[in-house]
Amino acid sequence: MHLMDDYKIVHDENGEVPDPSEMPDFVPGCMAGSKPFRANSDIQGGLGFPGGITEDNKNGLVDNWQEKAISKLGELTGKYRSLRVYLDSCVKCGACTDKCHYFLGTGDPKNMPVARQDLLRKVYRRHFTLAGKYVPWLVGAVDLTEDVLEDWYTYYHQCSQCRRCSVFCPYGIDTAEISMAAREIMDHVGMGQKYCNEILGKVFKIGNNLGLPQKALEATLEDLEEELEEETGLPIKLPIDKQGADILLVTPSADFFASPHIEGLMGYAKVFHEAGANWTLSSYASEAANFAMFIGSYETMREVSLRIRKAAEDLGVKRIVFGECGHAWRVAYSFLNTLAGPFDFLDPNYPVPQHICEYTWDQIEQGKLKFDKSQNDHMTLTFHDSCNVARASRMGNKPGGQFEIPRNVIKAVCNNYVDMADDTIREKTFCCGGGGGLLTDDIMDIRKKGAQPRMRALKEVQESHGVTHMAAICAICKAQFSKVLPEFGFDREAIVSVHQLVSNAIILTGATEGPGSEAMDDDDDAVEAAE
Amino acid sequence: MGYQFNGQDIAHDEEGYLTDLSVWNPQLAELIAKDENIEMTPEHWEVVNFLREYYDEYQIAPAIRVLTKALKKTMGPEKASNKYLYELFPYGPAKQACKIAGLPKPTGCV
Repeated sequence: MHLMDDYKIVHDENGEVPDPSEMPDFVPGCMAGSKPFRANSDIQGGLGFPGGITEDNKNGLVDNWQEKAISKLGELTGKYRSLRVYLDSCVKCGACTDKCHYFLGTGDPKNMPVARQDLLRKVYRRHFTLAGKYVPWLVGAVDLTEDVLEDWYTYYHQCSQCRRCSVFCPYGIDTAEISMAAREIMDHVGMGQKYCNEILGKVFKIGNNLGLPQKALEATLEDLEEELEEETGLPIKLPIDKQGADILLVTPSADFFASPHIEGLMGYAKVFHEAGANWTLSSYASEAANFAMFIGSYETMREVSLRIRKAAEDLGVKRIVFGECGHAWRVAYSFLNTLAGPFDFLDPNYPVPQHICEYTWDQIEQGKLKFDKSQNDHMTLTFHDSCNVARASRMGNKPGGQFEIPRNVIKAVCNNYVDMADDTIREKTFCCGGGGGLLTDDIMDIRKKGAQPRMRALKEVQESHGVTHMAAICAICKAQFSKVLPEFGFDREAIVSVHQLVSNAIILTGATEGPGSEAMDDDDDAVEAAE
Repeated sequence: MGYQFNGQDIAHDEEGYLTDLSVWNPQLAELIAKDENIEMTPEHWEVVNFLREYYDEYQIAPAIRVLTKALKKTMGPEKASNKYLYELFPYGPAKQACKIAGLPKPTGCV
């Protein structure tokens, strides 16, 4: 392998970057070669999974893997009624076929959601339906061969579990759940994915996906505090492990490392400062992003979630707030209470947990925050709804709050905002192309192709409305877009955090530098957001 | 999987990161960089050396913002930007520079 080959921005023969509006040809099997690195036995073992690649066992599979896989499938369909219904109820109507960003971006028919589901469904039929047992050839039932398993590994890692297809399915079949089940089965026969499983191992060993030790986390926060003070003249703190704080902020570890994530973190700190909140981060629960959801492992997801409960109890907080992270919010909003609840030790006057966008919007509605929107006038913004926030959770107390609240926050801090096309946002939003555990460099090709539908929508509003930047509230989306935007001719820094925009515009009481200090002298610049 | 270096086979993982961090030396860094189509200049070394020092202290690479801030002092404000770092390391300053510096790859949503 030549290491640079996977990385290069691919220009066509004229040296142009790819046109996001170009549709790929329909080519069966064209993505069969795209698969992420496999987990070795150390990585598998770290999560209590068997097998994994070793010097002696090149395919990493356990003995009697077929038998074990079928037995796991039986266990899962028995445990999760939904999975069984999804496998039983497809009528092949075709409504989902052109709804997946990976199909739209690759033209490989196995990336049609129905075809992806059928990879597992045909084995399910063979072993768990009467017709499949006796007349398999009549009902499309097949044995689980090594080729079928290889197809599972390939195409269940070309699904970002974004659930867009399920919005269009008349039966509501959720491909994400099928893909999670398939990955859970594969993990149990030794066919784990390196990226997800290595990351989960780091959470248990070090406390977060990044592998950021406590000392480094503390140093990073100190550095940011210094920078905030230089910028504003105010002692804006990023407290960590502060006993007796009211609010525990749990955020993805990418917020301590990457850009534009870290600019969002600085925005949270400014909001908390101006609101006068007594808040803290936790070195023990220094990760919001729960990758166990991607691999369909309930037990692992629970273990990761329990860290948050423990931190909240140990620090004696009254509230838990989550930072900008898509699947963290799905796990937090939809599953946290059953995974790690009940949270009866927290203040019942606030939602458990709360999203940072809910927190900020609440402060804005109460008139506690003021903004100088002109600080964001060099940008025309659009908003990318992240799939797990859009389709698997909610914010606020009204239906659709997960769409409105982030937009309300953006509009409170920016003058120029435009939505992308209706069929690409809100519940019909396209995945960034890197969700569901696919944000790994070894599959750049599928990440880029999967981003194409979003890039097309962005290009449209760039051309029609002069949109310059796209905001997001998911660490994966931010990292993925930083990587793929330049591949489609956009600026790398055209992706921004929502709280980065908040950070730019917020007027801080007593600030000697930045928007606040200017606004003190000139009332015209100060725009009250609640207006 | 390995880099051929001074007649030795230096093991790396699937993505080219050294398996044993202790075998790193500047000549090997030049070789890894070459494999990445990067010609090492004093500016590249400035970044790589900072990463290694930081790693020595904290067992992880610094946040990009911390890196640019540090470079502001040594290289001047015009070079202390994300953009400039991408010019030096087109695949991203964190991952590609870590690989050349013989450090593990940063993982997660980055």
